[in-house]
Amino acid sequence: MAASSPRNPPPLRGAENQDPLSEMADEDSDEGEDIFVGNSNPVAESFQPDTANGEEPADLFSEEETSTAVNSSITTFKSNGVHSDNENDLFAEVSVELSMENPSTTAKTSGAEFTPSLTLSATQPRSMEQVGYNRTSATQPRSMEQLEEEKDEDSFDMDVAVTNPEKIGDGMNAYMAYKVSTRTTLPMFRNRTFSVWRRFSDFLGLYEKLSVKHSLNGCIIPPPPEKSVVGMTKVKVGKEDSSSADFVERRRAALERYLQRVVCHPSLLQDPDVREFLERDELPRAVGTHTLSGAGFLKMINRASDAVSKMTIKISYSDAWFDNKLQEVESEDLQLRKLHAVVDSLVNHRKELCGNTAVFAKSMAMLGNSEDNTALSRALSQLAEVEDKMETLHQEQAASDFFILAELLADYIRLLGAVRGCFEQRMKTWQRWQEAQSTLQKKREVEAKLLWANKPDKLQQAKEEITEWEGKVTQYERDFDRISVTVRKEFLRFEKEKSKDFKSQIVKYLESLLQSQQRLVMFWEAFLPEAKAIA
Amino acid sequence: MDEDLFLEDVGDSWSFQLGGEDEDDLHEYQAFLGSSFFDLSGDPFSQMGLGDHEGKQFCWKKTHTDSSAEEEEAREGSLSVSAQTIRVTEAVRDGDALTFIVISQKLSGSGEYHVARTHEDFQWLQQCLFSQEVVPGILGVIFPPLPAKPQLNAPTKVLKQLGFLAMGEDWRMYCMALETYLQQVAAHTTLSKNKCLENFLTSSEPPGRQRVRKGIFNRLSQAMEGMRKEGHKDVDDFFQTERDNNLTLTGCSKSATERFIDVVLTEQKLAVACGHFSTALHLCVEQEEDSAVLAFSKICVKLSEVIDSIKRNFESVAENNLSTLGLGLDLESRCQEAEKEMLYRRTCKLVVLETASRNAERAKPVKTAAMDELKVAAEKEFDHVSGVAKQEIARFHSTRVELLRQALILWCEKQLETARDTSFRYSEHLQAFKGLGE
Repeated sequence: MAASSPRNPPPLRGAENQDPLSEMADEDSDEGEDIFVGNSNPVAESFQPDTANGEEPADLFSEEETSTAVNSSITTFKSNGVHSDNENDLFAEVSVELSMENPSTTAKTSGAEFTPSLTLSATQPRSMEQVGYNRTSATQPRSMEQLEEEKDEDSFDMDVAVTNPEKIGDGMNAYMAYKVSTRTTLPMFRNRTFSVWRRFSDFLGLYEKLSVKHSLNGCIIPPPPEKSVVGMTKVKVGKEDSSSADFVERRRAALERYLQRVVCHPSLLQDPDVREFLERDELPRAVGTHTLSGAGFLKMINRASDAVSKMTIKISYSDAWFDNKLQEVESEDLQLRKLHAVVDSLVNHRKELCGNTAVFAKSMAMLGNSEDNTALSRALSQLAEVEDKMETLHQEQAASDFFILAELLADYIRLLGAVRGCFEQRMKTWQRWQEAQSTLQKKREVEAKLLWANKPDKLQQAKEEITEWEGKVTQYERDFDRISVTVRKEFLRFEKEKSKDFKSQIVKYLESLLQSQQRLVMFWEAFLPEAKAIA
Repeated sequence: MDEDLFLEDVGDSWSFQLGGEDEDDLHEYQAFLGSSFFDLSGDPFSQMGLGDHEGKQFCWKKTHTDSSAEEEEAREGSLSVSAQTIRVTEAVRDGDALTFIVISQKLSGSGEYHVARTHEDFQWLQQCLFSQEVVPGILGVIFPPLPAKPQLNAPTKVLKQLGFLAMGEDWRMYCMALETYLQQVAAHTTLSKNKCLENFLTSSEPPGRQRVRKGIFNRLSQAMEGMRKEGHKDVDDFFQTERDNNLTLTGCSKSATERFIDVVLTEQKLAVACGHFSTALHLCVEQEEDSAVLAFSKICVKLSEVIDSIKRNFESVAENNLSTLGLGLDLESRCQEAEKEMLYRRTCKLVVLETASRNAERAKPVKTAAMDELKVAAEKEFDHVSGVAKQEIARFHSTRVELLRQALILWCEKQLETARDTSFRYSEHLQAFKGLGE
């Protein structure tokens, strides 16, 4: 495994081994259509996880049963016997505090391009959304307290790891399954350690759900790794070369970091979708994830930044803060991109050095072989071996450069995109408030006109509308204030996390660097007597 | 019957005009006409009366500064400086040419000599050595190889030929190669006696400049010529083996040198890339009071320092590679070529001998006596050459093993030192980083 996976998956006690997701649809298809192949594949065909520990027959969720499945999972939570106050709140308050627009608009505001055929996943979480929203807002004061405490701890009592990528199936319908292992002391989970198998589209699905629910709050939602048709196709086709292995490893590491960021986020961690993702044996197949290709994501980000730049806002102190921060974010984005390009070239040069060193080692070996003088011949052969070992070191170092530094930068470039999205979200809320105000104004004018024209029946309607819009204005103003608070909090948290993240990654990088260097010293120390022994 | 070996062997390398002022000079050089520096074709006798061979001769024209120096040049003497102390300390740019400062210590211990020499001067010295008084079997000497001419503002292809010698700052590698050359010449029992060397090292006046008529030493033409003779089977197992080994080693060492150049070039590229990285990190530093931003800026600064260390490590590693093993491999490669040339000369003499023998056998009674004489002379010469060659080969092998040994030890020691330094620096950085923001 690459250096990016520091933890070993915890020993799994009574691991719920589920049989794999049996859907056959194309995981990374970028086409517009949803390929719903609702075949319930017989369990026997699929792999048997190596930690087979009492296999349970899978509940194969077909799409129709999705809503019921969700309900049943909710019931499962309930009947856990493990309650947190949060969970009770989840179901206690059903009243909607915020008016929820229909899913399609919601989807639009969060920026994702949901296609019409997406009704399923959009409707499915609706009840959850409402509930989720309430939960978040209702429990916010409480979770903030928790936050205060948790902030000081280094790790939330929570560890996730993504390991054991395994190829399921063959040909173009194949996909990679990843083992997601969790170790936690948080009471909201059923067990302390458990693991599930997930595929890439599941991760994307999780992101979408979180996005739909939380981006309206102004939460910075960690973006998932990008799709790659080329990369996956190679894997599917079964190319057994290092580039496929690299790709899988890269993806595994990225998925792990993604999950770690999600569970690090105090609000997101409370989200039942996250819990479900980590705990539940089988997830309904995530659909519509084809929209989240790398290009699509980029477009979304760019649109967000365009929208933000077009909006103006009256200057007040807190707004200055937001403007400043946004500017910071944008300049940082440029800087990170530049750094990423530089690190990329560094990685390439190192790989080149690997190649050159290997070729040189061979030529020295040949020279050693042709040499008559025994001691010299041996020394030259030793030299060739030293160079070979150095090649390995260079390879490892290149991997370290890449997996630690380059991917870190790439992650943050994506994260900054999410941050920008947050700011945009806030702007939109403001805009909605302003528009409501202007609508209210218009309604008042209409009322005034009606008064003058003396049309009592229409007047009544107008008055009703005014009341309605007054309510909306108040609500939207409150929304705006709330989202401003959240965005600010999120941003500060993000900055802190960023520093922590960078620091820990760089420490890891340095450690690998130091280790390589120490091994190099050993190689040279071993070679010196050989050189001296030449007579 | 009579192959015109003269014409065949005449390549156009190192052509120089033999326009000596007196017959004595001519006599000295006549025996050494040939494809590179020497005529390997005929017998010494036919080269009397040089006037008959216009256009086919090699002429060596000198511009005289000091006529007395000329007379002394070819005479034997012993070197007044200590061979190991010869240094080529620097290369001074003089317009389009380079001048090298050569310093050597007097044997008497009473001081040192400082002279300035150009590459032409070195070439003159090399010519002198080739054109020595007729020492029997001089052809069997493995002449220390002189590096090719350094060209300033040369196209990359030309620089590539110089390989390692063109790398390094201020032509330092090149100077070291010249230094080794001089030391090798000065250490050679026969070559060191050449007055030219003494002159070269001690005279404040520039030695006689030769005008090289036809361009640079043209290995290509020799290569084409050599194709036919190189494969000629030897009569002596020792030499056949030596020739075979030499062929392999020449190829291997050349290839190893080139591969090593690639390695060093990549290391240098890595150093540059690290420099860019380090600079880019500095641009991330913000002058903000905000503690979060400050913390991140600190991280960037520290990382920039780390990357800087990595850069310096690569620079040192590349430098070490250049100045020890690189130089050593380059020298080994050129020395193998020098041995190859010697063996080739001997092989040519063998061909001459075999031809002469054949001619003697088939000669008509009228010419038998003359042919026999030729054969005997050829045989004698060949034996001399072989004798010298054997000694040279033994000396050559022990020298090169020693040179490689030194190069390898020095290389290892330097890399070890650099590696330890870097390791120490990295561990300091790690500690600093761990302590950040606490």
